[in-house]
Amino acid sequence: MNILVLMKMVPDIVEELEIAPDGRSLDGEAVRPIVSERDDHALEQALLLKDKVGGTVTVLAIESRDVDEVLFTALAKGADRAIKVCGVETLLTATEAAALLARVLPTTPNLMPVQVIVTGCQAIDDLDGVVAPALAERLQLPYLGIVTGVEVEADGSRATVFKEYAGGTRGRYGVRLPAVLGVQAAPKPPRYVPVAKVRAAMKARTLECVEAPAGDEASLLEIVAMAKPQAAGRAEMLEGSPEEVASKVAEILSSRGLA
Amino acid sequence: MVGAASLTEAPPEITLDGLLASPRGRDLLTCIQCGTCAGTCPYGDVLDFPPRRIIGMLREGLIEEVLASDSLLFCVTCYSCMAKCPRGLRLTEVLLPLVKEQIFARLPEVPAELQKALMNTLRYGNPQGESAKKRAAWIPSAGVPVRVLSADPRPVDVLWFVECYTAYHPRGQDNCRATAKVLHALGVDFAVLGSEEKCAGECARLAGETGLFETLTDANLKVFGKYRFNRIVTSGAHAYDALVHEYPAHGLAAPVEHTTPFFARHLDVLKPRLTKKLGYTVTYHDSCVLGRHNGMYEEPRRLLQALPGVKLVEMAHNRINSLCCGGGGGGMWLDTFFKSKGQERLADRRVREAVATGADVLAVSCPYEVSRFEDSLKVLGYEKKMVVRDVVELLAEAMESPEAKTP
Repeated sequence: MNILVLMKMVPDIVEELEIAPDGRSLDGEAVRPIVSERDDHALEQALLLKDKVGGTVTVLAIESRDVDEVLFTALAKGADRAIKVCGVETLLTATEAAALLARVLPTTPNLMPVQVIVTGCQAIDDLDGVVAPALAERLQLPYLGIVTGVEVEADGSRATVFKEYAGGTRGRYGVRLPAVLGVQAAPKPPRYVPVAKVRAAMKARTLECVEAPAGDEASLLEIVAMAKPQAAGRAEMLEGSPEEVASKVAEILSSRGLA
Repeated sequence: MVGAASLTEAPPEITLDGLLASPRGRDLLTCIQCGTCAGTCPYGDVLDFPPRRIIGMLREGLIEEVLASDSLLFCVTCYSCMAKCPRGLRLTEVLLPLVKEQIFARLPEVPAELQKALMNTLRYGNPQGESAKKRAAWIPSAGVPVRVLSADPRPVDVLWFVECYTAYHPRGQDNCRATAKVLHALGVDFAVLGSEEKCAGECARLAGETGLFETLTDANLKVFGKYRFNRIVTSGAHAYDALVHEYPAHGLAAPVEHTTPFFARHLDVLKPRLTKKLGYTVTYHDSCVLGRHNGMYEEPRRLLQALPGVKLVEMAHNRINSLCCGGGGGGMWLDTFFKSKGQERLADRRVREAVATGADVLAVSCPYEVSRFEDSLKVLGYEKKMVVRDVVELLAEAMESPEAKTP
């Protein structure tokens, strides 16, 4: 069984985000890219499937800053092959990325057919989770999103996919393969790989590079403006002895007609 | 001035396979199988393979059996077995790191908290997962000028290696402010690395994540190499241990001191400034690395005894017999794992003993201990009876004007 994992980088929100002078994008200098958390779960799901039924795991990402480290880490964790889509100069929107991937996958040597394509069902810069369903549509494959577990038939013909709903309800779906699956969370947290193994992968393994074929899809969305949240009023701290604080609370409540 | 770190070739690494063939490894064969190591180990009753059994298995060629057990995650590298070994074997320095490294590489799953801490340390340079840019965020609240080398790279006498829990933890930052104040009062020419500093990596190494330790060592040595300084003084007890015992093999040439002994060395100058009567009964917890591994039992006590209005009382287990807080060797991030195996946090055990002395202050010299012991005081319901203070915090408090209000 062949499994393809699509991974991408997103801005790390541990670092302070800055808005670029154009007022419509993030300041690339200030942004530190990190692998999208749900893509990391998609990789874990793929590796769990491989552990169980065998086959190969290929990771593929559109070239971007720091993505090499993520791909080498995936190889160190057990992926068989890592591919970078090179020559992409601008930051793509979700629909543009889906269109590019749909053109790249069929033309990448020795890649297709794959039985399962997994990726994160969302990313912090794609909250609508457009990439995976848009890609499935272009490849004419079924799509299931918000996936929290996958089981496959040994012959790779069908998969059982689990989804979670509010209140602990769990859905079980059957899907014929190949299919695109948008992973919300793998059944287990993404595995740890010792740094020494990543370093060894960087020495011994290589990342394949495929050129991005030209396309003319225009994004349907335009970012008009970005702004940092404005602090409105601030919390007022009431100080003093418990009695003083209590009378201040009473005053505030009565002055606002709440008591 | 020594030009920071002169990078030399690292010595050939000892591996577990080659251990018995190496001079230090051959010493292990002189183990008399007395079992003192297991008896003194704070988790000796939990380990499948305490050092005595590891050595026995190693001699018999059965080491794979040892490596398949994850119970050595309970080794909090407290140096107790090494300190008590009648043959003087370098158990915590040589044997345990090599075995833990192999076990770590074979773990089917790294316990979640530890995994998060290691991944954070790799990415952000601190286990808490805070932005590197915020590593110097405490400085504006220091109350005294603190030079950051990236902004002012002139040569400096003391490079103060702040370390993670001191730089980021709110209670660690109290230690930072106190240290800055005392350094300033002493007129020491000091500076910090700010956001360029990364975790020294001691706990990563002793948890078995050697590759992470090497990555951190490389990064820190590169930054040391950018600046000129005479010596390093660090607030981190574990950082001290790594900087003094491991970094030289990677090329660090500068002398290294921990803040507590550094200030103890300057006690004569500090004494006239210690004017505020504190009125505390204090018991001191010997950190494993400063105490058992580096023999610094008296320096913190000398400082405490010099504080006006401080009565120093000892716990039943003190100095070489001190009970570990459970934070070493990755234990800092294994509390949930230990609990899941039905084991008590060692910090809880220690805090009971501290409270039994009747002291109202538990003094420490390691930044891990503040949060570990404060948590235990809360869990055990002693938070009204006792507070945890770093020795340097008490020192800075005693330097306040006698009228200043106690925090």
